[in-house]
Parts: sequence; structure tokens; C-alpha cells
Amino acid sequence: MEVSWGILLIILGTALVTFLPRVIPLMVLSRFELPEWAARWLSFVPTSVMAALVGQEIFMNDGEWLLSFRNLDFIAAIPTFFIALKTRSLLATVLSGIITMMLLRVFF
Amino acid sequence: MGQVNAQMETIPAPQNEDTFLKGVKDCIPTLLGYLSIGFAAGVVEKTAGLSIMEVVLISLILYAGSAQFIAAGMIAVNSSATAIIITVFFVNLRHILLSAALSPYFRHLSPLKNMLLGSLLTDETFGVAINKAAEKKAISERWMHGLNLTAWLNWAVANMAGAYFGNWISNPEKYGLDFALPAMFIGLLVLSMISRKKIVLDIIVAVFAIMIAVGVSMIFSSSLGVILAAVIASTLGMVIEKWK
Repeated sequence: MEVSWGILLIILGTALVTFLPRVIPLMVLSRFELPEWAARWLSFVPTSVMAALVGQEIFMNDGEWLLSFRNLDFIAAIPTFFIALKTRSLLATVLSGIITMMLLRVFF
Repeated sequence: MGQVNAQMETIPAPQNEDTFLKGVKDCIPTLLGYLSIGFAAGVVEKTAGLSIMEVVLISLILYAGSAQFIAAGMIAVNSSATAIIITVFFVNLRHILLSAALSPYFRHLSPLKNMLLGSLLTDETFGVAINKAAEKKAISERWMHGLNLTAWLNWAVANMAGAYFGNWISNPEKYGLDFALPAMFIGLLVLSMISRKKIVLDIIVAVFAIMIAVGVSMIFSSSLGVILAAVIASTLGMVIEKWK
């Protein structure tokens, strides 16, 4: 049952920065309203963070820009994207992404 | 008629208070989805070098799907703890919105009780709870605990199962499991954009975020890329929306 100090530090640190945004609004917003600009700014954070992560995952390989048919991540992203649009289900999206990638690796 | 209505309104209605067990039951439709994502997370964490005990701890203490994938990916390439924590902070900042959106339904509770409810808040439990709120004006505390604890235990079990399974497969890439993370990001991106009905503005923000993230990653680091993309693209969205 080995737990290294380095990993424990990462777990506790990431948990703390996740815990605070989870609980602070519930604890204080019964008393205060979030200013309008802040709510507006926050409303774009999920889209921009997820887009940034998708971009890094599918357009890059080992820190290099890679847009070609040898980039399997990019190819697998295309059907995955349409399945997400069509089904609106996270489960269907993840499963179809995994299966697409598995098939691509069989053929390429 | 008026009399009947008045009478009905004065009757205390404890039967309307949803129970803990009802919360457990309302969680069930989400279980399969998170079971599979948690399983993939467990495999990826294990192959990133985490022990099974560390997988259990990260799924119980951090308890956040995308953040766990990211942490695992960054641990695998020996990123610094500081870079991992800052990246996870930005990825999980969206919880502020979920938490703020739920706050009106728990005004009857003390801050400490709100803290307990919020500590297990996720995208999925938020989705279930906000649907419940659409039916009722307040959400029962016991019901929310039932929902939260079911989702939490399911997640830990799924991660653990994935970690055990990860012992047997030396290369998760062969089974496409490394694509679980990008696929989840694609799903979360598409779902959040569809639900907001600000498609044009969101696409502008998303394209900018991708350009900033990729550009900064090539020159500096990928975690700085995510942070700058989040700050700059969100500010751009806010300014454009204000301008119109």
C-alpha cells in the first residue's frame, strides 16, 4: 500500500484548489450576489478551458504542432465530435472515442 | 375552491421532503456513464505510475474526472506539483458556477451544511440536482447527500476497478484507452456549448482558446497554455458579450 509523499502532495493540493470553488459560492452566496461581470467571465471558463485542452490533445504531439493524417488523435476526434453533437451523451462520446481509436490503431 | 386551496397550503408537507434513499435512486441513471469514465481514469492513473492506494486516494479526495486524467498525464511526464495544481485549479474553476447556481436552493441551511453538500459537487450531480430544482423550490439536504454519496462511492469503485485492470494491460493505447481523456474533453466542450445557446460567441471563444493554448504550449509549456487560454479567451468572451 505504497503512497509516495510527492503524489500525496499533488493529491492534497489539487483537492484543495478543487474544494474551494465547489464550496465557497454555496457558503457565501446566500448572503452576497456575484457581481455581474464576474458571473459573465466565469460563464466562459468551461468553454475556454475545454477548448484549450482539446486543442492541445488533438493538434499537438510531444509539444509540436501536428496536423496530418498521421495524427490519429486528430482523426479520431472528428467522429467523436459528431457523436457528441448527435447523442449529447458523455458516455456515448467517450465510448465511441475509445472504440474509434482502437480501430484506428488496428489499421494504422 | 379558494378555501380548499388555502387548506391545502396550510397542511405541513413532510412527505414532500425527499429522502436519502430517493437521492440514491435519482443518482442511478448517471452511474453507468461515470463507471466507464472512472474505469478509464483508473487504468490511465495506474499506467501513469500511481499505486492502487494512490488511485483510491485521488478518486476519493480530489474526486474530479477531468482533473484526475490531467493529473495522471502530467505525473507521467514528471511535471512539477505546482504546475499540476495550477492547471487543475483552472480546469475545476467551473465548479464556482455550478455551486453558485445551486446556492438559492440551500439557503435554509447553515454555511457548514452547505460546505458538506458542496464538497462532493460534480457536473453529473449538479445536472441531477438542478433538474430536481426545476420541479421543486428547495432541495432536500438528505436527498442531496444520498445523491452525492452514491456518485462518490461509484466513482471510487470504478477507479479502483480500472487500476486493478491496469495491472494486466501494459499498453492501454492498444485499446484506445488513452483517447478517453480527449474524448471526454470533446464531450464536455460540446455539451457545455449546446446547453448555453450562445453558439456563435462560444465558437469564437473556443477558437481563440485553442489558438492561444497551442501557440503558448509550443513556446513555453502546456499548462501555461491552458491557463493563458482560460484567462484571455474568457475575458474576450465577456468583453464581446458586454459590447453587443
